[in-house]
Amino acid sequence: MELRPLTKIAIYSLLSAAALFWLLPVLWVVISALKTNSDLYSYPPKLWPQPVTFEHFKEAFSKGDFGLYFKNSTIVTLTSTLLLLLINSMAGFALAKYRFRGSSIILIGFISTLMIPIEVIMIPIFKVLSALGMYNSMLAIIIPPAATPTGVFLMRQYLLTVPDELLEAARMDGAGEWKIYWSIILPIAKPILAVLAIFSFMWRWDDFLWPLIAISDPAKYTIQLALSNFIGEYSVDWGSLLAMSVITMIPVLVVFIVFQRYFVSGMITSGMKG
Amino acid sequence: MSGGQSLNRKKQTGQTRKLAIAPYLFILPNLLIFGVFIVIPSLLGLFYSFHVYDGLNPMKFNGLGNYIKIIGDKEFWTTIGRTGLYAAIVVPLIYAVALGIATLLAREIKMRGLFRAIFYWPTMISFIIVGLTWKWIFGDSFGILNHMLTLIGVEPVGFLTSPFWANAAVIIATVWSRAGFFMVIFIAGLQAIPTDYYEAARLDGATGIKVFRHITLPLLKPTSLLVFMLSLIDAFKAFPLMFALTGGGPGKETTYIVQYIYEIGFTKQELGLASAMSVMLFVIIGGFSALQFRMSKGGAV
Repeated sequence: MELRPLTKIAIYSLLSAAALFWLLPVLWVVISALKTNSDLYSYPPKLWPQPVTFEHFKEAFSKGDFGLYFKNSTIVTLTSTLLLLLINSMAGFALAKYRFRGSSIILIGFISTLMIPIEVIMIPIFKVLSALGMYNSMLAIIIPPAATPTGVFLMRQYLLTVPDELLEAARMDGAGEWKIYWSIILPIAKPILAVLAIFSFMWRWDDFLWPLIAISDPAKYTIQLALSNFIGEYSVDWGSLLAMSVITMIPVLVVFIVFQRYFVSGMITSGMKG
Repeated sequence: MSGGQSLNRKKQTGQTRKLAIAPYLFILPNLLIFGVFIVIPSLLGLFYSFHVYDGLNPMKFNGLGNYIKIIGDKEFWTTIGRTGLYAAIVVPLIYAVALGIATLLAREIKMRGLFRAIFYWPTMISFIIVGLTWKWIFGDSFGILNHMLTLIGVEPVGFLTSPFWANAAVIIATVWSRAGFFMVIFIAGLQAIPTDYYEAARLDGATGIKVFRHITLPLLKPTSLLVFMLSLIDAFKAFPLMFALTGGGPGKETTYIVQYIYEIGFTKQELGLASAMSVMLFVIIGGFSALQFRMSKGGAV
């Protein structure tokens, strides 16, 4: 459909104006993080940092234990994502490719818990974590969020398209069930595993509620928890805070740029956050 | 020959047995984690909600006491009302903005990918950072926004200190951070509409807004419902963003229901009461979901 020139101009100006509104907040944070302290708080604000300084970035790492939080977040995100991919693909495989007693109840159970927001069970979760001796341990923010209904459901839907004959043939050749999962199903599921990996990365890296419930020891803080704690204090050190925010956005930006194609299609099939 | 057959049969029964156990083993890790961290806490929460419990001393059965207390708790209802008002503003706004952008971006235009990326990008950032970002912009003494207002001759506004503006700030930040997500869902919905509908409409002489009203919107109904429900549920769970942007203040003006439950449970240590509030929140969210289920069946094309 060819657009009339006037319509085209209208569309582009509308889009550009909106895009500007979407870009500016983050840009302003990045620009501000590069300012010296005296420029940072000067009013009226200076639009550009003069001179550009990386002082706040250095500060954040040396003074604020930011390196530690960054490391904690990285460990949590990576291990939790690996665990999620493994157990969700296993469960999805079972629900898609076997007929067994209770399978539909389990599936319905998984899906219906999508309706239970973590927010409404945070207090009992806290008690369960304490009873298991997991409170204040990294395991508490790695293991529980790895079993996501969204992940199981996405895997199942994807694996339903795998023909049964493929599995039958492998069984004829004497392959065990685990071998079938490991060397046939997993390679086939690569695209959906990629989507899930991206989602999981985002969920865990951005997560605030699980760490808030499960961690009290500052040495185990993730970035999000540390940031929120910094804001809570009376005198806010905006310099470090802005610098930390910028650094925290970088991994997400990288994942976003590298996997953009998967994102849009993955979003369309799942449409979930959390 | 017969020996071979029986061997075959043995092999087969072995395989059937394996086939019978295998799915349970595959599902076990997920089920275990799920049971321990979702199912048991849910049941526990229901159990706590009928007790007085501070987390330390033994709990005391209280019957419907907590629920009765909540019904008489003015602050609970104020908070629910505030959350409802926030949802009532945020949901249509997100809907309109996401659909508007999606409609513009569903056409064949240059730099479509770049535009999509720009709008989608805030979705990837954590609510904490979103809150911080906007706090930096709305800040009273250092915020860029007040500076820009003074440039055009408007008096500076106490964005985070006035109840009205603090809520407005929270709403702007929410729309900014969530619209891109729903935009993608709308783009998918728009692309699913067959182009012949549009061609037929054009042959009949229908243009722009008419086509949108009489073809796009009706055919988009299932997608619209999905967006509507997801953003509504999101709105009722809102917490981390406000935590970082306003801290729930000024006063309690931007304290929404999840934060209130968190404060009752963790700060005031009234776990039973907070659990009962959670049950009520769950009923509200569940009610919306059930409503959506009904409506989506009715709205099925």
